[in-house]
Amino acid sequence: MIQYLTNNADTIWLALQEHIVLALLPVLFGFVIAVPLGYLAVRYRWLYQPLINTFGVLYSIPSLALFVFLPVVLGTKVLSPVNIVVALTVYTVALLARTVADGLRSVDPVVVQAATAMGYRPLRRLTGVELPIALPVVLAGLRVATVSNISLVSVGALIGIGGLGQLFTRGFQLFYVEPILVGIILSVLLAGLADLAIVLVQRAVTPWTRAA
Amino acid sequence: MITFEDVVKVYPGGATAVDHLSLELPTGKMTVLVGPSGCGKTTSLRMINRMVTPTSGRVLIDGRDVAGQDEALLRRGIGYVIQHAGLFPHRTVLDNVATVPLLLGETRRTARAKALELLERVGLSAGFAKRYPAQLSGGQQQRVGVARALAADPPIMLMDEPFSAVDPVVRAQLHAEFLRLQQDLGKTIAMVTHDIDEAIKLGDHVAVFRAGGHLAQFATPRDLLAHPADDFVADFVGRDRGLRSLSFDTASDLPVKPVDGLELDEAGRPLGWPGPDGLRETGGVFTKEDSLRVVTDLAIRSPVGIAVRVGPDGAADGLVSHHDIADYLASRRS
Amino acid sequence: MNFTYLLDPAHWEFGAAGGIPQLILSHLGYTVLALLIGAVIALPVGLYIGHTGRGSFLAINAGNAGRSLPTLGLLMLMVTLLGLGLLPVLIALTVLVVPPILTSAYAGMRSLDQRVIDAARGMGMRPWQVLTRVELPMALPVLFGGFRSAALQVVATATVAASVGLGGLGRLLIDGLAVNDYSRVLAGAIVVAVLAVLVDLFLASIQRWIVSPGLKGTS
Repeated sequence: MIQYLTNNADTIWLALQEHIVLALLPVLFGFVIAVPLGYLAVRYRWLYQPLINTFGVLYSIPSLALFVFLPVVLGTKVLSPVNIVVALTVYTVALLARTVADGLRSVDPVVVQAATAMGYRPLRRLTGVELPIALPVVLAGLRVATVSNISLVSVGALIGIGGLGQLFTRGFQLFYVEPILVGIILSVLLAGLADLAIVLVQRAVTPWTRAA
Repeated sequence: MITFEDVVKVYPGGATAVDHLSLELPTGKMTVLVGPSGCGKTTSLRMINRMVTPTSGRVLIDGRDVAGQDEALLRRGIGYVIQHAGLFPHRTVLDNVATVPLLLGETRRTARAKALELLERVGLSAGFAKRYPAQLSGGQQQRVGVARALAADPPIMLMDEPFSAVDPVVRAQLHAEFLRLQQDLGKTIAMVTHDIDEAIKLGDHVAVFRAGGHLAQFATPRDLLAHPADDFVADFVGRDRGLRSLSFDTASDLPVKPVDGLELDEAGRPLGWPGPDGLRETGGVFTKEDSLRVVTDLAIRSPVGIAVRVGPDGAADGLVSHHDIADYLASRRS
Repeated sequence: MNFTYLLDPAHWEFGAAGGIPQLILSHLGYTVLALLIGAVIALPVGLYIGHTGRGSFLAINAGNAGRSLPTLGLLMLMVTLLGLGLLPVLIALTVLVVPPILTSAYAGMRSLDQRVIDAARGMGMRPWQVLTRVELPMALPVLFGGFRSAALQVVATATVAASVGLGGLGRLLIDGLAVNDYSRVLAGAIVVAVLAVLVDLFLASIQRWIVSPGLKGTS
């Protein structure tokens, strides 16, 4: 394995970089889209159930199908990384919008009433009171989305772009275990690091959850 | 009879929950274990049905050490009621109550028939049988909890803060019903509470615990109020214990003065006290069976400082002023 | 892009090799087998950890650890090591379903109202009776939620089996892609999504049937 690593360092390094970009960009986009959606689902109660159901169906579409399918819908090239980014953004939104909504719903109504009574306007109350309190729940959802994105990117290899997934297909075609093992290990390590990073951020920004 | 023989419970980590407890809970009576939180009262209670194992010492029921008995069989013979009732949320009210008879091997039919009977006994109509616990109020849940504990007709009942999760009005109602039930059933009951008023109201005997698992005093409610063993008990029982101790004496020996100045109807029933603006209400009457506490309260509330006694027919037959009560209490003391 | 492949009756002929019904059957076959094996492994472990509290660390982190394993890589590794066949697919998919089932079994047991269990013991239930008559029925809503999400995940992921030459609805995606037949790819995507929804509805009705009405609103 060491030999494989040294001989193919450049390829592996490129695949890893591609993997990171393809997995984390959708987390960023997904988060930005999911927060307002989640808020709307709480603000207008009738929206909650339809949104949850829609996201449930979106989430059950196989990633491979979505990867293959988006070029037709978006008019992008089949080999364009945009397809992967858009597909994973869809999954991230599907997962996070629900988490944001559930997180906001879990905020003690008494606290919200107290904030209103002290003169908070709705937007200020959302950013200053409700979102911070919902943050542990939201970040837990972000961990799930990030980790599953990192593992899903590799499926893209079946259509020619998939970061570390390309190591899988290459190893599989050549009947050669090393690249597959290296790909799996790097992918799991990357997921573990990203997960750890979010946990550390959460500790830093929500010190009150450590009180007990 | 439930006997604690020099029982000690030390938890891993070194905290002493119960410290050399020796105590006898008489058969057919209700003994209330009361004290501040962390005084070991619940731990002591749970040693009776082996939910907690003593570090040393013995707990005996009618002379038999519980330690030698099969846990599950022992518990099936002891009713158990806890705070918030601990009802099974996935079973109907009826099946909750039928739990222990079923464990004891009775058929579903007889167990349910028994359960239905018990529901009525605790004041719940048959309409509640098919409901689930989540569909009941706190007071109703607590009644089901009592019915469930009574289902196999156990001679002993353990009750851990059974009435503390309901509001004061419902609690008073449950107290009254429970006292009536106990009068009929005559179970040997051990009950834990942190509420000294509840202990005095319900208990035939009260065991006051202090922090660290020491038994501070074991006495009847009356003795507890009259002769607290030390400052801790006196303080715990409360500053108005003198007034409250009047609850245990009836007005049968209280001397009364002849009825005078009170407006009466043809049958001799009191109408009120004459005043400058017409009749003023008496604020209530008492009989010989009422407690001295009731009489004192009536005298204080009366517009003229006098309480009115009536006979069985409702006719006024005597008057008592606060001075008379004070004189009577002073004469009793000497 | 159009629906011609999906709507062509020839593709719906029952029993025809490569026909949609046959692909659905093999897809469901992988799914059910993986769920069964996964449940047999994960349920006892999750229930044990939840019941005793020992090994909570494992149960809490199993979920994220499992999600971080790329199923495609695992599948290709297994095929490279073991050769082509049902076994490598089942291993890869079982690894996928074990974490959510284990975590939810653990969470279900942990979420129980300890006072109710105290009451059950106090009334004289033996440990086995407490587990089967009180703890399991009460943990069922949470436990079943985990099972349903595992089922959804495995229905969607079983498509990768086609990438190593096996059957299942992934065939429509992989083969369609190979010959640039997007109508076939669309058919595959729609059938998998519909299958996922149907499986979830089926499990939901089972859940309604076996979960006590007294626990409604707690899941």
